[in-house]
Amino acid sequence: MPAGAETAFSMRGSLFRKNLLTALLLAPAALWLVVFLVLPFVAIAIFSVGERAPEGGYQAALTFAQYANLPARATAFWNTMVLAPVGAFACLIVAYPVAYYLALRAPQRWRLILLALIVIPFWTSLLMRTYAWMYILGGRGIPALLAYVGIEDLRLINTPGAVLLGIVYGYLPLMILPIYVSLERLDRRLLEASADLGATPLSTFIGVTLRLSLPGVMTGFSLVMILLLGEYLIPTLLGGGKVFFIGNALVDLFLQSRNWPFGSAIAITLVLVSVVVLIVANRISTRLSGARRVDLI
Amino acid sequence: MTAVPDIEFRAVTKRYGAVTAVSGIDLAIPPSAFVALLGPSGCGKTTCLRMIGGFEQPSEGQVLIRGRDMAGTPPYRRPVNMVFQQYALFPHLDVEENISYGLRQARPRLSSREISLKAGEALAMVQLAGYGRRKIHELSGGQQQRVALARALVNKPAVLLLDEPLAALDKKLRTDMQIELQNLQREIGITFVLVTHDQEEALSMSDFVCVMNGGRVVQLGQPSEVYDEPADLFVADFVGKTNLLSGKVAGLSGELVDVALADGTVISARKRAPLSRGEAVSISLRPESLSLSVPGGGSLKGIVRNRIFLGSTAEYAIEVQGIGSLLARADHGIGRGSLFKPGEPVAIGFAAGAPLAFPQTKNNGTNQREDQHVEILS
Repeated sequence: MPAGAETAFSMRGSLFRKNLLTALLLAPAALWLVVFLVLPFVAIAIFSVGERAPEGGYQAALTFAQYANLPARATAFWNTMVLAPVGAFACLIVAYPVAYYLALRAPQRWRLILLALIVIPFWTSLLMRTYAWMYILGGRGIPALLAYVGIEDLRLINTPGAVLLGIVYGYLPLMILPIYVSLERLDRRLLEASADLGATPLSTFIGVTLRLSLPGVMTGFSLVMILLLGEYLIPTLLGGGKVFFIGNALVDLFLQSRNWPFGSAIAITLVLVSVVVLIVANRISTRLSGARRVDLI
Repeated sequence: MTAVPDIEFRAVTKRYGAVTAVSGIDLAIPPSAFVALLGPSGCGKTTCLRMIGGFEQPSEGQVLIRGRDMAGTPPYRRPVNMVFQQYALFPHLDVEENISYGLRQARPRLSSREISLKAGEALAMVQLAGYGRRKIHELSGGQQQRVALARALVNKPAVLLLDEPLAALDKKLRTDMQIELQNLQREIGITFVLVTHDQEEALSMSDFVCVMNGGRVVQLGQPSEVYDEPADLFVADFVGKTNLLSGKVAGLSGELVDVALADGTVISARKRAPLSRGEAVSISLRPESLSLSVPGGGSLKGIVRNRIFLGSTAEYAIEVQGIGSLLARADHGIGRGSLFKPGEPVAIGFAAGAPLAFPQTKNNGTNQREDQHVEILS
């Protein structure tokens, strides 16, 4: 059957061209990822089973001594494991009502403007904005103002509250946007159907709105939480640097004491924890929303 | 007529800013009836349904359900349930959870045994027994439709509201569901209020048709009444197919009126509104009221332009000099002579009393508004 064979052949030809085009389109991104993500990751993985050279840096070896030594930084791990979920949760509490208002209550023509207002501060560096908070919370900031009305000796800076505030402020857009998107996509008729079936506004919120926005919530939560796992700037600036986090440990090990293998072991562990967080979050949101597939990011 | 109507509208008006969606509707829907709200898009029928459901509040007037004024009563406290246009089933719940959603809201709480028992009954009622654990996205359109029905009916509402429930189904399925809906309504015996723009659907399913146009109820009556005795030109044109001929009143005698058509032919019509001599009128002639014969008799003469053979009937497009194209439908009995062929001259006759005369002016206005509305939307 020459006709059939010819079709099959030309189909294979066009398939090949299609694949080639796809490959060409993907090449820049793939190259970027390999050079700046995969290779460094492999390097870190190799470092983590090595030894510290006497003068600092890396010396080839095959040992799990670095991993065995992880408990030495248990406090940093513990602090991070507390800060990340608590910070992400605080973010969520603040972000949800904002996202809800934007998606379901705000007038249509104001939405884009309000969204822009949330995103615009992100265009300045987090460092600058965190410094600004140092001044606002510091002795010459809000405490000084409060002193005018008779409230003396109020300490805001270098407290856990200041750290939490800085985190919520810094990561808020990352939490608002995914929640906003999932609420925006919510079919309003489902809310009407729920009310029609006798559900009070509160039950509708819990049973439909919140439930169906969970993919957005989980996306926001895991995004913020993963970034917080590596966060050290805000706690250092607003918390007075008295509490150590994994981020601080990494900076210290790579730049100060130059113990690259140990730093690598900590970094690898951190990545593994992040992956676990992502998988768990994905599972939860898939299960709860009944969706077939959830876009996590 | 002592029974309290299930649904009553008293001078209900609904405005959205400057746009009046519904203006001054008075309407009483008797108990245990299947009522269709019929009209073109933008006529206010959906707004009426949503006011019954409690999703919209009337700007003026009252909506009563079983004699109780519903002002200020939120949807979740109204004894009605709705089947939404695209069903609005909860995607995160399976079929049974969707159906029992309303039962779970009931206060005092129902026992979980009671809930699953009732949900099971509702599933069986819509012939979906055994589908309880399916996900919504695993169901076909027709099955989703049934779930939506069961989810509403399981709460034993006083009135079931249906918002274009069959619009998303293909033709075969739609016909099946029409019959099923009718059977369900008779079985359960509660009032069904159906919103539709499909006049065939309205005529075939309902006990009463409420024809709406431009935010008003134009006619409320049984389907045959609305079809045979349309209240105005809009109803005549919108419900069923009809031929509209324009002419002038040439003479009046009681219920009848002589109308001179554009080509000078004078035909006698029943008037459906007060008319005066010389007034411009439109005459509605249903295709099936026209009879065709070989030239010689009849009131009008024409030439067959087109023939559509439908089996039991045949539809003809007939060109009449000076008047335009007329649509005629003739029953086709086996062995009752041959059909007319395109190009053949025919004489057109009609039974006395078949032509209806309407004043021309008022309704054109609303029709035009309708058209503008559609234009803006498209």
